[in-house]
Amino acid sequence: MAKAATAPAGGFFANWRQNIIYIGFVVIFIVFALTLNDKGFLNPNNLLNIVRQTAMIAVMAVAMTFVLSAGEIDLSVGAVAGLTTVTVAMAIAVAGPVGGVLAGLATGLAVGVFNGWLTTRIGIPSFLTTLAMMGIAKGVAMWISDTAAVPILSPGYSWIFGGGSVGPIPVLMFWMAVIAGVGHVALRRSGFGRKVLATGGGEMAARYSGIDTRSIKFKVLVLSSCAAALAGMLYAGRLQSGRFQLGEGDELSVIAAAVLGGTSLFGGKGTVIGTIVGALMIGMINNGLILMGLEFSQQLIAKGAIIILAVALSQKRG
Amino acid sequence: MTAPAPVAVRMTGISKSFGGIRALDGVDFEVFAGEVHALLGGNGAGKSTILKVLNGVHVPEEGEIEVGGQKLAAHSPEAARAAGIAMNFQEMSLIPTLTVAQNIFLTREARDARGMIDDADSVRRAQAIFDMLQVEVDPAALVGDLGAGQKQLTEIAKAISQNARVLILDEPSTALSVSDVERLFVFLRQLKAKGVAIIYVSHRMDEIARIADRATILRDGKHVITAPLADLPIDVMIEHIVGKKSKGLSDVTRGDATRGEVLLDLANVTGPHKPENVSLTLHRGEVLGLAGLLGSGRSALARVIAGIEPAVSGEIRIKGTTVAIRRPADAIAQGIALVPEARATQGIIPAHSVAENMVMAVLGRIAPRGIVDRDRVRDIADRMIARLSIKTASRDHAVSTLSGGNQQKVVIGKWLATEPDILILDEPTAGIDIGSKAEIIRLVRDLAQAGKGVIVISSELSELLTACDRILVMADGRAHQILDRADLDDPTETNPEHALQAAERRLQIEIQKALTIKEASHG
Repeated sequence: MAKAATAPAGGFFANWRQNIIYIGFVVIFIVFALTLNDKGFLNPNNLLNIVRQTAMIAVMAVAMTFVLSAGEIDLSVGAVAGLTTVTVAMAIAVAGPVGGVLAGLATGLAVGVFNGWLTTRIGIPSFLTTLAMMGIAKGVAMWISDTAAVPILSPGYSWIFGGGSVGPIPVLMFWMAVIAGVGHVALRRSGFGRKVLATGGGEMAARYSGIDTRSIKFKVLVLSSCAAALAGMLYAGRLQSGRFQLGEGDELSVIAAAVLGGTSLFGGKGTVIGTIVGALMIGMINNGLILMGLEFSQQLIAKGAIIILAVALSQKRG
Repeated sequence: MTAPAPVAVRMTGISKSFGGIRALDGVDFEVFAGEVHALLGGNGAGKSTILKVLNGVHVPEEGEIEVGGQKLAAHSPEAARAAGIAMNFQEMSLIPTLTVAQNIFLTREARDARGMIDDADSVRRAQAIFDMLQVEVDPAALVGDLGAGQKQLTEIAKAISQNARVLILDEPSTALSVSDVERLFVFLRQLKAKGVAIIYVSHRMDEIARIADRATILRDGKHVITAPLADLPIDVMIEHIVGKKSKGLSDVTRGDATRGEVLLDLANVTGPHKPENVSLTLHRGEVLGLAGLLGSGRSALARVIAGIEPAVSGEIRIKGTTVAIRRPADAIAQGIALVPEARATQGIIPAHSVAENMVMAVLGRIAPRGIVDRDRVRDIADRMIARLSIKTASRDHAVSTLSGGNQQKVVIGKWLATEPDILILDEPTAGIDIGSKAEIIRLVRDLAQAGKGVIVISSELSELLTACDRILVMADGRAHQILDRADLDDPTETNPEHALQAAERRLQIEIQKALTIKEASHG
């Protein structure tokens, strides 16, 4: 007699852990709203600021959700964003805004193809490929810019990529919403998304099912670098300059946002909505800690502790 | 063996059940010091259970174990090891990145005066063991660089180094070449001379005839016979192994095969490792069985046809047209589906839902413009759940919540969703309960009746005989002969159960014959 199939053990408990990111987001929001109200936390301007500060992380984290879901990782996103601010700014100076956008996309594409090629064809784990790429991208950015900031003198570019706003709504929020929407549909509903999840969930079973898992891994790494390049373009537009330091250390916030949102570091599981909420939560924590008047050193410690707590609560034990 | 040898292991009245199924029922098992004792039986006879009881992995419900005259006080792997019982594992327990000597003495390394590990001493002691046994293995070599045979010898040396008095070898020759088996036998004779008791499990009767002194045969969890090898010619052994079992299979009716056009035609197909030069034809409406032992190339042949390990030479024709199958997607496009042998890794993604698993091989079809059509996902999942009577709480439950038999049905459903003409099932009933087994065999017959061509690989001969119209016997990567199922039947036998047993004996003999031909051809 076959064992009857049973429902997943402890339905509510499992759901509670799965949804910790949403619960945590609301709890932290309420705590900040109550304790920091006099410092302007709930001020609409401040809330929009959180969105402005989160947008680049969110854009990269959406792509990172695909990378992690496919069982890979991309540590080069922060450095690639920084490199892109420089290439975009330099290209705008000689070829105008359209040239700048093309240069930015080309930067992301080139890095992504290289990362993907090394990982899927040469067989170097993406952890190492992208760790090395992090150094290379930063080095190139410092070298071609002579470590100096490159100004962007195109108001049109700056408005579209990060600086502008429609009424009270910053353009950055549109970018974030569009990328999140496309990413969500692609992961949840597209054949590509299914293949990504299958590749990360069980590579062998996916391969036996006729899925070209190498091509899927190649594509997610290209996707990630292109998203990093877009984030770099947004940094450049918002700050009207290209600087190699921009985006530095973002890879940690990006991976944390995805993991907080319920994406598995081991592949096979991920949600874009969770990732966006994870990114907003990190932005909100940053903002709240600044309003509290903590020093930068204290902010780092508090932020690390909160992320560890949230991830620990979201892990299934036993 | 004239003088009465001391008893190394005496197990009396051992019983063990798993979830209501009696895996061992009052089994007695006795092994002398200084003998090679073969333990024989079909799949599910209880061989591995009794070995696991002996080495402390399973605790028996009843019975006693004496080792070297001393009753075992506790049932645990530590107690068994302390009593001098060592077992080699089919999946080897060696660490490939360490040397032979480091592996042999892992966690028991010699220390020098400062308390540091003394690798040179380990190498010396390992060399001494290999010298004693007169085999050549380099103690300083990395295990990862060794061939299968040398790994097996290292594994055994590891057991010896712990002063094992009882050595359990479970299918030690599966991965070995003929010359490696020869070396292993030299080694075992040396051990025997030193008074070690060796329990040897193998499906290869020819090997057992050469190395074993006595044999014990189990069937359906019961002790059948213990006798010196001289009293057990191969056909008698097979008769005892097959016995009179009722598997619930004899009631599956083999419909008259109405063979249609040739669906699949292989001409001299050779894979990257195996198979070698295999030719076969598969017709519409028939079930073709692949019989042979582990490592005979049955699964490798399946992987070649399914494009997982593409053929390096030979020709594959589908409905008369030569096709190139370079990737799994090519095979799927040609209407070929493979239900693979390793269900948990190759078949399913355990954490994903039943529905997600079901559509994994048809994503291109259900997402015509890139977006997955959720109605079709639901439709496919529900249809397959109903058609295969899969027991699941819902299509959205993770496959890992299902029983083994139902997980296997999910894999079959996934491949039926590709609407294949040619379905290959590799050990489709491994590790699932008898009820589901019979269901799957029936399904295979139904699929053939519906005009598909089916290839079944199974180590359970009664299943092959029940499911198949023709059976290809393989050994050492080669196709040996094709048997018509009807020719294996004894026309005078009217009792269907007896007829199945008689056929099983004949098939068993053919498989063993194929092995000896292989040995002869290797010189």
